[in-house]
Amino acid sequence: MIYREAGDFKTSYREDSQTFPIKLDRRAYWTLMVVAFAVVPFVINDYWANAVLLPFLIYAIAALGLNILTGYAGQVSLGTGGFMAVGAYAAYKLMTAFPDVPILFHVLIAGAITALVGMAFGLPSLRIKGFYLAVATLAAQFFLVWLFNKVPWFFNYSASGMINAPERTMFGAAITGAEASAPARYLFCLILTVALAWIARNLTRGSVGRKWMAIRDMDIAAEIIGVNPLTAKLSAFAVSSFFIGVAGALLFAVYLGAVEVGEAFGIQKSFLILFMIIIGGLGSIFGSFAGAAFMVLMPVLLKNVLVDGFGWATDLAAHFQFMIVGALIIVFLVFEPHGLAQLWRLAKEKLRLWPFPH
Amino acid sequence: MTDMNAESYVTEDGRTIGGVIMEMKNITLRFGGVTAIQDISFDIREGEIRAIIGPNGAGKSSMLNVISGFYVPQEGEVWFRGRRRAKMKPYQVARQGIARTFQNIALFEGMSVLDNVMTGRLTRMKTGLAAQALWFGRAEREEIEHREKVEKIIDFLEIQAIRKTPVGRLPYGLKKRVELARALAAEPALLLLDEPMAGMNVEEKEDMSRFILDVNDEFGTTICLIEHDMGVVMDLSDRVVVMDYGKKIGDGTPDEVRNNQAVIDAYLGVAHD
Repeated sequence: MIYREAGDFKTSYREDSQTFPIKLDRRAYWTLMVVAFAVVPFVINDYWANAVLLPFLIYAIAALGLNILTGYAGQVSLGTGGFMAVGAYAAYKLMTAFPDVPILFHVLIAGAITALVGMAFGLPSLRIKGFYLAVATLAAQFFLVWLFNKVPWFFNYSASGMINAPERTMFGAAITGAEASAPARYLFCLILTVALAWIARNLTRGSVGRKWMAIRDMDIAAEIIGVNPLTAKLSAFAVSSFFIGVAGALLFAVYLGAVEVGEAFGIQKSFLILFMIIIGGLGSIFGSFAGAAFMVLMPVLLKNVLVDGFGWATDLAAHFQFMIVGALIIVFLVFEPHGLAQLWRLAKEKLRLWPFPH
Repeated sequence: MTDMNAESYVTEDGRTIGGVIMEMKNITLRFGGVTAIQDISFDIREGEIRAIIGPNGAGKSSMLNVISGFYVPQEGEVWFRGRRRAKMKPYQVARQGIARTFQNIALFEGMSVLDNVMTGRLTRMKTGLAAQALWFGRAEREEIEHREKVEKIIDFLEIQAIRKTPVGRLPYGLKKRVELARALAAEPALLLLDEPMAGMNVEEKEDMSRFILDVNDEFGTTICLIEHDMGVVMDLSDRVVVMDYGKKIGDGTPDEVRNNQAVIDAYLGVAHD
């Protein structure tokens, strides 16, 4: 069996609009799920969790969130880092204020709080577009980081100005804090990532997603066919910020454990997530994952090859990484603005009728 | 001879034309010092094909933009289905049942043909964000329900083969057809077509004319169109409004308009003695 759509006939609209129209894709997806849930938790160790899996899962959520806003609804945002900080600090305040509540609620409510903040900062999008909106969200980025630095209430008046995740549990297993085990942290992030990716897919395939894409492609025409730009844009900001807030909460509570806001959620984080969706593919769920995997795995790979393999100095390898990312951003923007996802889409299209050209 | 002033009448080809669905009363539209439309009144009756014609710059497109809520006239009243239109945003007008196409195609280039046509049904899709997020159940049912309606229109306009193609890749003539499909998907009470045949060759024009007549005939959709091709306008429409320099200079059946001296002067020019 060749990997292609041709010959796999659909007889209902439900089948026709399923997420994976190709049979091999469906099999690969379920295999991946089984491996991720039933195999990985038993073999995972701290190195794999901290170096690869946790950052991949968490950044995938953030990339999904930004992709909903920028890739689907067409509203450019440079405030991702700031919104992740909102999620992290909201989670911190909730964790310290309600120690007995399971961590899942802290994370989800932190996401909801971020959604509200995101909507407030999304209001200018009703008046301004493109470059100017990007600058407005940049203001949000710097304002939020400044706020969490300057107002001691947010970090519970700790002397260092940092926030530290206390131990919080879910079903009796520690998810945060020094005692949390790698499988527990991994599973917690995995469940959230899978659930949120599923929600992102559902939202983007139905009427909500079409409203977002209509606003993205031509806002005047969208309004003429009955899309209220106010609700469409604000719902995109809300959903996107929810995802990003959850990612921020996880990054702080589950992955890093202790955070200094300017360092963890500075402007470079906003750009990191933006690079993920540009390389992975704007307006694609798969692209969000591909981009996150790429940006997380590449440094690890480079370190293993260049530093451990060739014996290069660590800083040299780090600079090399900047060069690669920079070059790739330019290459993708010039040659394939829709990223890795589009490359795969084109390959599938070619395979559809392969080896015949038409 | 049919009495066109009656409450409703039947045309020679057997279509029933009903009462007035849209009425423009003394519309005046200005952009700064320029008067685009000056004191124009006309009505559109249910089930008819109404054309607005006139030389370049006569104010036809502005008129269509007034009807679709894109421009708000400084003076005059717009009545739709027996109600005076209050100050309204374009998306609210769309929800009242007015759909339109654009002179320079306004499709969503990044989406497939199917998704584009599905956007036409957005005003009728009611599931909220939460139900959408869960998908299974209400959202999926609604999606399939609307997909069935949309597929009928796709069949009707003969664009089945390209339904999964991104619109950006289509040639001009097909894009025009997809745009018509999107407008039709809304099942509008009034369909506005802004130069549906601009830039088409003869064959494409014939196709499009056939589709417009079929839409009017099969769905009973009221159509108001702007067109430059005189032959097409005279063949298609039941009644014609003629505009020149923002003023109405003629209104009536194609035959009446054709023999109207003011119209002839506007199109052919007036001899100066």
